[in-house]
Amino acid sequence: MTGSALLRVSGVSKHFGGFTALAEVSLEIAPGERFGLIGPNGSGKTTLINCISGSLRNDGGSIVFDGEEISALPAYQRTRRGIARSFQVPRPFSSMPVVENLVVPLEYVVHRGSLHKADTRAEAMELLHGIGLADKAETPSSRLTQVELRKLELARAMAARPRLLISDEAMAGLSSSEIDEILKILFKLNESGITIIMIEHIMHAVMRFSQRVVCLDAGRIICEGTPAETVANPDVQRAYLGA
Amino acid sequence: MRKSGTPFWIGAAVVVGAAALAAWLITNEYYFFAGYIVVTFVILATAWNILGGYAGYVNFGTAAFFGLGAYTSVVLIQSIGAPLAVQILAAALLSGLLGFGAGLLTLRLRGIFFAIATVALIVIMETLFINWRYVGGATGIQLLRPSPIPPFESYTKMLFVGQVIMAVVAVAVARYMETSWIGRGLRAIRDSEEAAECSGVPTLKLKLAACTVSGALMGAAGAPMPMYLSFVEPASTFNLTYSIGALASAMVGGTATWLGPVLGALLLSTIQQIVTVTISNEMNVLVVGVLLVVFVVAAPEGIVGLLRKLRRAK
Repeated sequence: MTGSALLRVSGVSKHFGGFTALAEVSLEIAPGERFGLIGPNGSGKTTLINCISGSLRNDGGSIVFDGEEISALPAYQRTRRGIARSFQVPRPFSSMPVVENLVVPLEYVVHRGSLHKADTRAEAMELLHGIGLADKAETPSSRLTQVELRKLELARAMAARPRLLISDEAMAGLSSSEIDEILKILFKLNESGITIIMIEHIMHAVMRFSQRVVCLDAGRIICEGTPAETVANPDVQRAYLGA
Repeated sequence: MRKSGTPFWIGAAVVVGAAALAAWLITNEYYFFAGYIVVTFVILATAWNILGGYAGYVNFGTAAFFGLGAYTSVVLIQSIGAPLAVQILAAALLSGLLGFGAGLLTLRLRGIFFAIATVALIVIMETLFINWRYVGGATGIQLLRPSPIPPFESYTKMLFVGQVIMAVVAVAVARYMETSWIGRGLRAIRDSEEAAECSGVPTLKLKLAACTVSGALMGAAGAPMPMYLSFVEPASTFNLTYSIGALASAMVGGTATWLGPVLGALLLSTIQQIVTVTISNEMNVLVVGVLLVVFVVAAPEGIVGLLRKLRRAK
């Protein structure tokens, strides 16, 4: 897979003071892959994707996206290169109606430099239709329900037209029918060619979705394999599944 | 998505026309003397709102930019006897540079830390000018007004009309920023800086732009001050009342749109001017404090927010 990886993380480490959040983490993700990232709370999952998306800078190692070293780039540059993410705790632009939340990445990523030619609002509406939020387009985003907020997170990430989408616990706290709804959206996005990293605690969702799963514990990768292999791994069972 | 600009520009022309007409018809100079201060606060509040309202970075440093603008004029008058328009342009340029530099150093700080850094800016600027003999040092400097440029027969009236034009320009700049992609980016920063950055918004660049424009407008507003008073000294020029007045006007009027700071400054400064004359100079500070508390508690979206609620209720 070495030559064709869309994202290659090699030896990435991150410290907060004396605490090692990530210790030499390496992984590769192929174009079009559905990749699951699991691990106990505090194992470094969110730190890792913060380093990939640029919200944090890694202390050591390299992050190569589509053949380019990106670890020194600010987050907005990475988004423009095709990495989009959703946030674990939804962070809507709460002063704006739902549709305008999507206009931000459309203006700043997709149609940058040729705004006069683009109908960003119509494009945003189209995305909202796709994700099932079209009837909430003019609702202030501060008034959405949890599941709507998760959908908005995904829709806003999609509006940046990413090649790699990182979904950070998009399903936490949702009912099982809502989880199915989000899963369906993510499968559809993947079919359209978008590579997806899913961070999730809801095991049956990760198992169903991922082609490959990595388990982090205390900032290290303790297991990598198919969902079935990962669940069967004794280290994973001890560290995460509580066996 | 852009609202039509025609009514705005008609309104702007009416405002400037009315100011000129008033200068022609009204003979009592005091109204222009007081009105000048009110209009100055319209500019300061509008400028403050670009960074403080749209982007949510609360700036207490208004007086630093305003004062730098005033002292830029003093230097230019002392050295080359530069005309008013040159004073204003130079003040805008220097204060914009100060905004850029200060922004570069402080805009990585968030919330309260940014606010504290901007207070420090006032102290630094004031200290600088207290120790500069050429512009009068701590005792200040007396300046002679040149004769007004025709058709104006009084310098105060001329400054008033000039300040009204400057206010219209400031509001137009703020309005452009607010309604364009720039404003959307700034609002995204205020709502969630991290999410904005991950949506492709170059947050630092945008904040720097806002800080530069805001600083330039504040400096421009201060530039005619030496000629208005014929006297400048550091303590009253780098006075925190400018910072608080600008911030309070924007908060009272509403920070979400360009109209808020304009209404807020008109209301607050007019009341202050009336209170200063009819009651006392100390009371006018109290007015700002009381109104600010009332609005923050009862109407956090300001006058504009209240008007919107009223319209919706109908």
